[in-house]
Order: sequence, then C-alpha cells, then structure tokens
Amino acid sequence: MEFALSEEQRMLQDSVRRFLEQNAPLDKVRLAAGDTHTVQRSLWAGASELGIPGMLIPEDFGGMGLGFLDAAIVYEMIGRHVAPLPILGTAVMAPLALMLAGSEAQQEKWLPKIAAGEIVAGVAVTEKIGIREDAGVKARKGTLTGKSLFVIDWAEADLYIVADSDHGLHLVLPDAKGLSRRALNTIDKTRSVGELVFDQVAAEPLPRSSADAVARMIDAGRVMLAADTLGAGQMMIEKAVAYAGERKQFGRVIGSFQAVKHLCAEMAAALEPSRSLVWYAAHALDEVPGDARLMACHAKSHLSEVGRFVARTATEVHGGMGFTDLLGLHYWFKRIGLDRQLLGGPELVRLEAARLQGWAA
Amino acid sequence: MDLVYDPKYEAFREEVRAFLTKHKDQAPRGLGAAGRPSPDACSWQQLLIQHGYAARTIPNDYGGYGAKPDILESRIIAEEFSTARVPSALQNQGISMLVPTLLELGTEEQKKKWVKPTLRGEVVWCQGYSEPGSGSDLASLQTKATEDGDDFVINGQKIWTSTAHEADMIFCLVRTEPDKPKHEGISYLIFSMKTPGIEVRPLTTMTGHAEFNEVFFTDVRVPKTQIVGQRGQGWFVANATLKYERGMLGDPAAMETRFQALVDLMREETVDGQRAIDNPIFRDRLVRLQAELAAMKFNGLRLLTSASRGEDPGLARLIVKLQSCELTHQISALAIDVMGEFGVLYDDSPYLRSHGSWQWGYMFQLGLIIGGGTAQIQKNIISERGLGMPREPKLAK
Repeated sequence: MEFALSEEQRMLQDSVRRFLEQNAPLDKVRLAAGDTHTVQRSLWAGASELGIPGMLIPEDFGGMGLGFLDAAIVYEMIGRHVAPLPILGTAVMAPLALMLAGSEAQQEKWLPKIAAGEIVAGVAVTEKIGIREDAGVKARKGTLTGKSLFVIDWAEADLYIVADSDHGLHLVLPDAKGLSRRALNTIDKTRSVGELVFDQVAAEPLPRSSADAVARMIDAGRVMLAADTLGAGQMMIEKAVAYAGERKQFGRVIGSFQAVKHLCAEMAAALEPSRSLVWYAAHALDEVPGDARLMACHAKSHLSEVGRFVARTATEVHGGMGFTDLLGLHYWFKRIGLDRQLLGGPELVRLEAARLQGWAA
Repeated sequence: MDLVYDPKYEAFREEVRAFLTKHKDQAPRGLGAAGRPSPDACSWQQLLIQHGYAARTIPNDYGGYGAKPDILESRIIAEEFSTARVPSALQNQGISMLVPTLLELGTEEQKKKWVKPTLRGEVVWCQGYSEPGSGSDLASLQTKATEDGDDFVINGQKIWTSTAHEADMIFCLVRTEPDKPKHEGISYLIFSMKTPGIEVRPLTTMTGHAEFNEVFFTDVRVPKTQIVGQRGQGWFVANATLKYERGMLGDPAAMETRFQALVDLMREETVDGQRAIDNPIFRDRLVRLQAELAAMKFNGLRLLTSASRGEDPGLARLIVKLQSCELTHQISALAIDVMGEFGVLYDDSPYLRSHGSWQWGYMFQLGLIIGGGTAQIQKNIISERGLGMPREPKLAK
C-alpha cells in the first residue's frame, strides 16, 4: 500500500522540469505565441529526444511504454511551464486511438513516427462530448462529411484522428481532397485548436473502433488536462507567493498582510488535495478500470474549478502587474481557461459523472 | 503507486474480520463520542484493548496492548470497524491528548496512576485550555495558579470545556509565572474535578444544546506534584502533544458516510413530484462535492503513506483541518437546501427528517470551523509554515 510517486517517477518529472526550465522560459513562450512554427519545432525536437511524444507508446513501437500516471506527472510539468507543445493529441489521444482501435498495419505505420517525434497528430472528438452549431461528422462509404470544432493540436498536424457520429474513428491526412481547415484563435496562444470541414473526404477507418475506445481517449485526455491545470496552478501560486514576498506597500512586503496571505493559503488549500485526485485518476486509467471514467470526470471538473479560482486569485495577488502583458502571468491564466473548456466544461462533465452513477438519465 | 496491501496486512485484516464476526454482538449501541462511556461501552473498550484494537501501541505496563506502531494496521482496524458498522475504540480527549502527553512527559508515577484507567474508560478527562479572553491567542491565558506551601491555588475561568460536567479530571493550563513572557509563564496541571472551588456551568450553543461548558475556579487548591513537565514549561508540554489532537488528519470515512446519507436523502426528497437528485442544480452541487470528497480521500491516502515512511507531508497535512471542516459543512448545507422548508424544521417538529441531524450538523460544524484553530488561524499556518510567507509583525508581549 503506497500512495506516492516512485523514485523513478520523481526522476522522470525532474528531468522534464529541468528540460522545460532551460528550453521553455517565458521569453520563448512569448515567441511561440507570436509565431507557433519555428519555436515549437526546436522545443518539439528536444521533447522528442526526451521521449515525450512516445511516452505512452509501447516499446515495440519505439515508445517508452509508460503508464498514465507517468504521463500525468510529465503533463503537470508541461502545464507548469505553459509549454507550447502539441502533446494532448499527439502524445496521448492519438496513440491511444491507434492502440485501442487501429489495425496492426496502422499501428506499425504511425506509432513509431509519433514516438520519434516525426509527426504531429491532431484529434477531432469534440462532438462526442457536445455538439455546438451544426458540427458533427458523418461517415459514408469510406468518406467523411460534416465538420468538427476545437480539433486538438490542429496546426501543423500531419495526421488527424477523427471521430464520426457513430463511434467510428478515422485517419485523415491534412492534404486530403475536400478537407478545409480554419484556425480557431483562442485566448491561449500556447496551443492550437481549429476547425476541420469535410466534404466527402477520403478517410481510413480504424477497424476496432468502438464507443469504449472513444470514451477512453476522452478519459485520458481529461486527466491530462487536469494535470496541465495542476501544474499551471501550482506555478501561479509559487509566482504569487514570490511576488508577495518582494512587493512593498505601506512599508511592508504585501505578503505579510493577512489579506494577501490568506488568499495564498486558500489557493494552496484548494490545489494541494487535487494533486492526489489527479494521481489517482491517472493511476485508475491503467489499474482500476471500474473507477477510471468517474475519476477522470472528477479530476477534470474539480481541477477546472480549482484552476479558475487559482488563476484569478494569483492574478489579484499580483495587483495591477498581474493584469499586464509585461509580467506574462496571463499565459498561465489563459492556459487554465482553455483547459477548463476543452473536452467538456465542468458542468457537462459533472452531468456525465452523474449519469455514470445512475443519478441522471 | 500501489494500492494493494501486502499479504501480511491482508492476513491481519482477516484477523480483524474474524474478531468482528465473533464479538460484534457484544458491542454497545449508540456509543457517545464524548462524555462518560456506559458500562457496556467500557466492557467493549476493555475487550478491544485485550485484542489490540484499542490502545494498540500503548505499552503493556501502562494498560495498553503493546504493539509496535504500524499505521497501516491502525488504518485496517479503522476500515474494518467502519465497514462492519461496529463501534471502534473510545475516542476522547483523555485518550487522544492526555495519554500521549503523560507517556512523553509525565513522571513514572503519573503514568502508572492515570494511563490505564483512562484507556479503559474508567476515568474521564476534560481539557482546560481556552479562556474567554484567550482563544486564538491561547498563550495569553490568565487563569492564575499562585504558590502556597505545597500547593498551587487556582483562580480564573475556562471555556469551551466539553464533557466538564461529566469529567473526573481536568488537564489544565494555568499561569504560574505572571512576570515571565507569555509563553514561558504557563504550567500544565492535572487535578480532580471534585476539588472544592470548581463550578461547571453548561454553555448552550446555537444548536440549542449545551455541547460545551464554562468552568470557574475559585481558590482551587492543587498539590504542586500534580504538574506535568517542568513549571513554566506548560505551553511546550501542551504543544508537544497538539500533534495528537483528534481530527488533525481528518476523517474521510466519516465524510463519506455523510455524503452517502446525502445521496439517500436526495433520492427520497421530492418537490412537485421530482426527486432532488433529478433536479439538475442540486445534482450538480452533489457531484461537485463528490469530487472534492475524492480529492480529500486520496489526500488522506497520501498522508498515510508519508506517515508510514516517517516523512513530513507538508502542505498536504496543513490544509486538512481547513478543507475537511468546510467540506463537511457544505455537505450539510446541500442537505438543508434539498429539504427546503423541511430543512429548517427543528426540535420535535412534524415532518422533521433524520431527527434534525442535518440541521444540528450544519450549525455544529460551523463550530468545528471555528474551534481547534479557526479557519483564519489555519490560513496563517498554511501560508507561514506551508508557503514560507512572512509572519505577522509581533506587537503583543
């Protein structure tokens, strides 16, 4: 009985932290926000050397064969550094789709490329959670028609995994005939999302697709977004505490005023237990299948709430500076903002959690 | 991360289960959490000590079972008793606070005299710490103990003294050195509640019940030998064992039980023929609390692992009192809202649900948010010890 990270896991997390401290400081994040292409590529190359794109991919396919808890603690570091990396689709959801639903040939073709960091894979599943406007993708005779919104890791994708309205998963190439793409610019410039519009686009189905496979991709994605918010929130608290220890007003550092200290205490009190929830939700994805979906919902919705509280409170502790572009704190604020809505905002996710327990129709 | 217990612990779990199957009919019903245990409860406690399910790690010489401390064994005992819905070991301030204090700092004579009857439920203690003028700033306490021959003579007043009306004995902080700085002039005394000059008055709270008392001392004479630790060191004696205070690690199992009761309530209560659980707003609040509860439960597991490794879990521990009390209160708050007008019925009103326990809980739990270190004091502790933020500039001496 041990509810803790192992020594190896701590080392893994430290190595990712050190890499991002050196290679994704705030000025690089700023550059990436202005020009996703060039900066992301060099950072991506480094992350690939560390094995991050292939962390969940079995060693047979050139990956690291790690578990979801390992992935979550890596993800926490990525959130901590608001790293502009296309991880959610490429390293988590797309490999999972291929592993759960792909043929051997598809796995052999794509998984090693993903693991090596050679390609970026976007994922279009938003409509499995909630349909807005007239979105939705229909599959007919090997082609897809319709549209999908908020496609994860949309920019620069070399491959898309697309869910249709009938639990089918498909591979679509970005240059496929009849596919049009539009960027959706969000508040968060560290990650890309976009729209895919399909007009009889040739698509290659993943033959073992199922409702369960799609749901498991979403479960894993939600836990990783929760971990992203955990890391980003942790960094915001640390920044708030550090700032409050330097900034002086009325002849005292503002961190010596209870009004400010108590805001920091409230943030820590909310965030610290949610760390254990993220750990367990990630652990359950591998080890406790009966708990996995409910805990993924809880992790996603709870971190969304805690994240919102931490993001606004840490900004307030920074006073006017927190509101400026100069300090750059807003990159964390916006990161947490996008995490909250992707793959279902907390109210939608809690409704799912209620359904899982027979509390809602 | 390994949530499976080692086989030796599973074997231990089987032992506990076998004990429960064999003996659970002897368990008393309606064991009060505080106050004087019934004769049935005392016999049950003694049976538990004999089998190592109470006073497990207290040495034999002092009336305990004498096992080596093992936090996983303790947890397994707690889990199995809770699952079987059988009352577990007695919990009161004598057992949780006085006994560890005596074992750590008492004289051999004090240990021999008091630990065993306290463990067995035969001697009931109350705690004399808070005073009307000394709550969060406990070290400013003013109850005086003046030297007179071989005795101290005590004058002053204590408040928030639960079980004082039933207690045989009190462990009490008094000021013996009025000229020393406030933390250095306190002594820790133990004496009988039957000593002449002690008056206990019940303190009725907002719940309508007297869960606490006020205790008045007028020329109460206590032999100097009844000091624990050194004279003037009482503050440090009390603090050495504050770590043993009940509830410091929270009680996720108790919160889980309340949450399940809330789910049941929401399946039963209806408005316009619709069950509360089918109301999307109530349901959303329920699931939100469930996620918070899960976070506290897993935080508890993390603390358990830290404790078994002898590591300091830092923030994960410091936030427990604040978060657990708040969450417990929120669970009651939702229950009240679900019941609507029924949620403010009280006493023996018609239509009262669950004997009014949610209403009582909602009010009493506010007391728990305030007592044992207010929420604001908790936030000072979290920010200063957990986050390393500056302390308040010292003004008062």
